[in-house]
Amino acid sequence: MTKTYPKASRPSLDNVSVSIEKGEFVFFIGPSGSGKSTIIKLLLHEVTPNKGRVVVNGKDVTSMRSWKRPHFRRSIGCVFQDFRLLPNRTAYENVAFALEVIGKTKAVARRVVPEVLELVGLGGKEHRYPHELSGGEQQRVAVARAFVNRPLILLADEPTGNLDPDTSIEIMRLLDRINRTGTTVVMVTHDSNIVNQMRRRVIEIESGRIVRDQARGVYG
Amino acid sequence: MRMKYVLSEVLVGLWRNVTMTIAMIITMAVSLFMLGGSGLLYQKVGDMKDLYYENVEVSIFLKTDATKEQVDALGQQLDQDPLVKDSTYVNKDQAYERFQQMYADAPDLVSAVKPDQLPESYRVKLNDPEQYKAIYDKYKTAEGIDTIVDQSKLLDKVFGVLSGFQNGALAIAMVMAVAALLLVANTIQVAAYSKRREVAVMKLVGASNWFIQAPFVLEAVVAGLFGSILGLLALIAVKVLAAGSSMAALEGLITPISWSDIFLTFPLMAAVGGVVSAVTAWVTLRFYLRV
Repeated sequence: MTKTYPKASRPSLDNVSVSIEKGEFVFFIGPSGSGKSTIIKLLLHEVTPNKGRVVVNGKDVTSMRSWKRPHFRRSIGCVFQDFRLLPNRTAYENVAFALEVIGKTKAVARRVVPEVLELVGLGGKEHRYPHELSGGEQQRVAVARAFVNRPLILLADEPTGNLDPDTSIEIMRLLDRINRTGTTVVMVTHDSNIVNQMRRRVIEIESGRIVRDQARGVYG
Repeated sequence: MRMKYVLSEVLVGLWRNVTMTIAMIITMAVSLFMLGGSGLLYQKVGDMKDLYYENVEVSIFLKTDATKEQVDALGQQLDQDPLVKDSTYVNKDQAYERFQQMYADAPDLVSAVKPDQLPESYRVKLNDPEQYKAIYDKYKTAEGIDTIVDQSKLLDKVFGVLSGFQNGALAIAMVMAVAALLLVANTIQVAAYSKRREVAVMKLVGASNWFIQAPFVLEAVVAGLFGSILGLLALIAVKVLAAGSSMAALEGLITPISWSDIFLTFPLMAAVGGVVSAVTAWVTLRFYLRV
């Protein structure tokens, strides 16, 4: 599939074809501007391709109407480099917010949120505000928020970009644990250390083209 | 729970930006007050037209030296005229009586005038008050006639002034409505900006569009309804103040505006205030949030 942004001189993704199986853990690597982040946007239905199709969870979302997008997104969790937490809400409230705005009751939140916070290793820090947490802990809250609704896919856009190496490894362990529950994890990164340690499938993109697709790959 | 969430978001939103909220409510109130006022005037002018034109008369004044034959001939002609519904002859004594009544508070004037000095006349009711011109053309050359006066000419002037007021109120309502619209749009933009992080997260985790938009739209609707309540209070205040002032003298002339008229205007004002705010907010969000 091909995606060209308006006003761009060349396509952001040029005739790219990738298939990711359920339960896989995939790295997209490549230099800035190579088109890695466009993959995430396409999977989130934030943008649509000019040519080709995007199929997510067995559904063709290429020409999905925008009013169907909210429901579609409930099956996808998302983590970003900048955490995107609500600063005036505690860790618990941040995660519960994601549940409540899609119509889950407070009772459900009370049951599920402590569980998922425990899972990401934040037990006992539920009532801290983001500014009272370290970067790694904030990213754990973000992961908890992305995972609390048990999505089929977890998208991570440079989740370790703002973290030191040791904390990054911890976040990766967490993503790995989530992957073992059967959740497909798609991660965009240019952190060579992490890619080399994890030894998972690596897809390298350069100037909008796939130059490498390697099972158990390294950063190269 | 979701309803509770939405409502608390609405109140927080209105309070967070309270100066803009007040500005929005006041503009809305003035606009709706003017709208309600012009609606009432429109209704009143309609009522009054029915009432007054029903009773409107053309007075044909006769020359003081008109002969008996001329008077009778004119009377017969009027009775047979298809344009005429009804005509009454008013002799000098009757005219004097009317004159006394009309100027009861000016006894000097009354005592200075003798019945003889007042002209006899025919008071003619027309089937269609608009047909005055035809009557005028037909009878202006008849024997013994001095002048023909059409009361509806006077009424036209009165109604001209009233509908001028009404159009003025409507124009002000329009201008204020534009100001209110811009304020609503701006308030919604500010509100959406101050909640941009929440909105981004909601979009990300798949909150439905209505759930994201509802608090903003309801914020505008609440402001619109508050505005219409203030507008209603202003109409009530005008009626109360008018009753106690020089306007009371006009009560005999203008059919009084009843309390039920005023309260019946409220649904109109509330509907316009609410719907216009909601639509403006919604359109603003379409451009601003792109949800």
